[in-house]
Amino acid sequence: MKRDAFDIVICGVGGQGIILASNVLCHAAFLEGFDVKKSEVHGMAQRGGSVITHVRIDDKVYSPLIEQGNSDIVLAFEKLEAMRYIHYLKKNGTAIVNDREIQPMSVLTGAASYPTNIKSKLNQHGKIYYVDAKNVALELGNIRTVNIILLGVLSCFLGFKKRSWKTAIRKNVKKKFVDLNLVAFSKGASRLTNTFSIKKEK
Amino acid sequence: MKSLLSGNQAIARGAWEAGCHVATAYPGTPSTEILENIIKYPGIYTEWAVNEKVALEVAAGACFAGARVLTAMKHVGLNVAADPMFTMAYSGISAGFVIVTADDPGMWSSQNEQDNRHYGRHAKIPIIEPSDSNEAKLFTKLGFDISEKFDTPVLLRLTTRLCHSTCLVELGKRKTHKVIGYTKDIRKRLVLPALARLRHVVVEKRLIELARFSETFPFNKIEWGKKTLGVITSGISYQYAKEVFPDASFLKLSFTYPVPEKLIRRFAHQVKKIIIVEEGDPILEREIKAIGIKVTGKAEIPVCGELTQRIVRESFVRKTRARIKPYKVPARPPVLCPGCPHRGVFHIMNKLKLTVSGDIGCYTLGALPPLNAMDTCICMGASITNAHGLEKALGKSFGKKLVAVIGDSTFFHSGITGLVNAVYNKGTLNLFIVDNYTTAMTGHQPHPGTGKLARGEQGKRIPPEEVVKGCGVEFLKIVDPNDLKATEHAIKQALEFDGVAVLIFRRPCALLLKPSPAYRIDPDLCKGCRLCLHIGCPAISLKSPKDREKPLAVIDPTLCFGCGLCAQVCTYNAILAPRKTKKGKK
Ligand code: SF4
Ligand code: SF4
Repeated sequence: MKRDAFDIVICGVGGQGIILASNVLCHAAFLEGFDVKKSEVHGMAQRGGSVITHVRIDDKVYSPLIEQGNSDIVLAFEKLEAMRYIHYLKKNGTAIVNDREIQPMSVLTGAASYPTNIKSKLNQHGKIYYVDAKNVALELGNIRTVNIILLGVLSCFLGFKKRSWKTAIRKNVKKKFVDLNLVAFSKGASRLTNTFSIKKEK
Repeated sequence: MKSLLSGNQAIARGAWEAGCHVATAYPGTPSTEILENIIKYPGIYTEWAVNEKVALEVAAGACFAGARVLTAMKHVGLNVAADPMFTMAYSGISAGFVIVTADDPGMWSSQNEQDNRHYGRHAKIPIIEPSDSNEAKLFTKLGFDISEKFDTPVLLRLTTRLCHSTCLVELGKRKTHKVIGYTKDIRKRLVLPALARLRHVVVEKRLIELARFSETFPFNKIEWGKKTLGVITSGISYQYAKEVFPDASFLKLSFTYPVPEKLIRRFAHQVKKIIIVEEGDPILEREIKAIGIKVTGKAEIPVCGELTQRIVRESFVRKTRARIKPYKVPARPPVLCPGCPHRGVFHIMNKLKLTVSGDIGCYTLGALPPLNAMDTCICMGASITNAHGLEKALGKSFGKKLVAVIGDSTFFHSGITGLVNAVYNKGTLNLFIVDNYTTAMTGHQPHPGTGKLARGEQGKRIPPEEVVKGCGVEFLKIVDPNDLKATEHAIKQALEFDGVAVLIFRRPCALLLKPSPAYRIDPDLCKGCRLCLHIGCPAISLKSPKDREKPLAVIDPTLCFGCGLCAQVCTYNAILAPRKTKKGKK
């Protein structure tokens, strides 16, 4: 039987922990028995620049890149970055957007302005879920858990076994942060049923 | 057992499985993680060399001793290492010698897009090109074997997309090799003209043998599909082409220099039309055209930039699927981190309107607004030499407003020779070494100024100031760049000094330290004058408070590093240090 395949674009701002999140995702997909390919950006862009990671999960994957307009899911760690890469989303695809605004330097210096219509634009392109991961992370006492919280939300759409996720987190996260991140993950995973924190906006 | 490995991790694994004894590198995106991962394996001596030339020569020395060696560098790094590489092609090897070059199409983190497949041809050494992590591991191992079989260094050529793409790789065991030992052989290793002339003949013969080998190399292979279209491709481009032309016949080349002429002819005879899908320069295209085969390549597909399956499709099929146009949103180029020690120096250089001859590292970001404090940046080490040349052409008065800025790691890489040159030639260079105790941009590798070695053990620390003094510099000061007053004062003194003046701005990279509690801005004191925004800290933004019209500056406490730089520029004293709270709590 052919299982569901997933093309997932993860985007955000360099330094938000996207690489770790994508490592965990790939590892979980691997444990589920899929072929996986991932492509990411290192080096200069990691210094607070716009970053995009491609994760492809299928029975057999060739290119490590997702084509624009083909991604099943876009997981955005920041709203402006969601808008920058939303054209990767396929028709009626799903986007999970961290409801967070990080202003790029051009906005900070007043040379450009941060778009005010992001949500209304995004909402035209599919099922868009907004998550306030920053507050969940601050509740947990560590802002750096944002990435795993968002991964928890993503997990609701993939149907992988919980065990796969747990093992993947254990294998990829520094030992002393494993427990914290397991909690962060389940917080994220339970957000989907909690209509207060995930608003599916029309 | 299978494991998820990036291309770089796979090469490290391949080196280990192949029984590699010595591995050297200088960090550079996209190649850095090769050595970083080799370090994780036992049984391989690893070294962060001060630059790529040194790395390649150390590897060559170990190779003289009969050790299997690997050296890895980014594409422009091979320019630095080209000198020994060309002659090692003449000298040959005593045990497997693999040179890894990681090209950067798309210039994700580089200053040019050079295609290092030219180097194989230029230096007359074979090239192998993997197209995923599996092949990266396998070809690394084969690279050692080919090197030994043909008595030549082998160039393993990667690209960013391959280095930083991950897929499932079957792991193997380590095959141990003995270090053969050294025997004197001046006919190979002492390239006096008379001896080198003989070696050149050997090199040419070897190329003929390598071409024959290329015909039988099992990973130069034909995948038959429909014969209406034949695709010739290599490296990562194979993956893109496979998605776009799932039914076509493929000739996938992996041993790409010398090319397998007969195999190419055989393929060409059976397909109706041939396209060449290659990233970068038309290298395969030219070789294949030279054989007299009609192919289409760069007439359709761009030379510039990185390929994707969409570009391949649009180039050769001309049918694009309807898709949403990307939104026009403000760009987000990289920026110096909050708390970055470089910020203060660039702020003052901007304020004093200096001409800044720049170099390569995180601090190159000081060129971007709002700091705008860099005029030139060419290659590693060029800050010093370019500044010296500017001064010599325009005179001392221009030199009074001219500075060179270089990082600590870059200084050791190739700054020292330029400094010696400036002192010797009576320059009035103003050199600022921004010393953050690390090679930050590539992910914090050690260097002589840190005294740490690749595996973390203590080596000999070589403080940059000792080197500077040793170069004969008479004006030298060490300054904390987070103290803006001291920074400005020192810079003015250096500019006044008649002769080479060096300032070392010393403070560790913010990412090596724990953040201090966040600063905050008092909304009652802030006048919204924007002065603090001029230092370009990503933690500071303007927001209109609900009850007020005028936007005021605010600090995002989750981003602030607590460095206190902004508080020094605010003339209204509106930026406040964190309140002293209960001990140990942020
Ligand atoms: S990594 Fe270090 S040196 Fe580089 S921008 Fe950040 S703080 Fe500055
Ligand atoms: S103290 Fe000021 S300059 Fe330093 S990180 Fe915080 S906001 Fe940025």
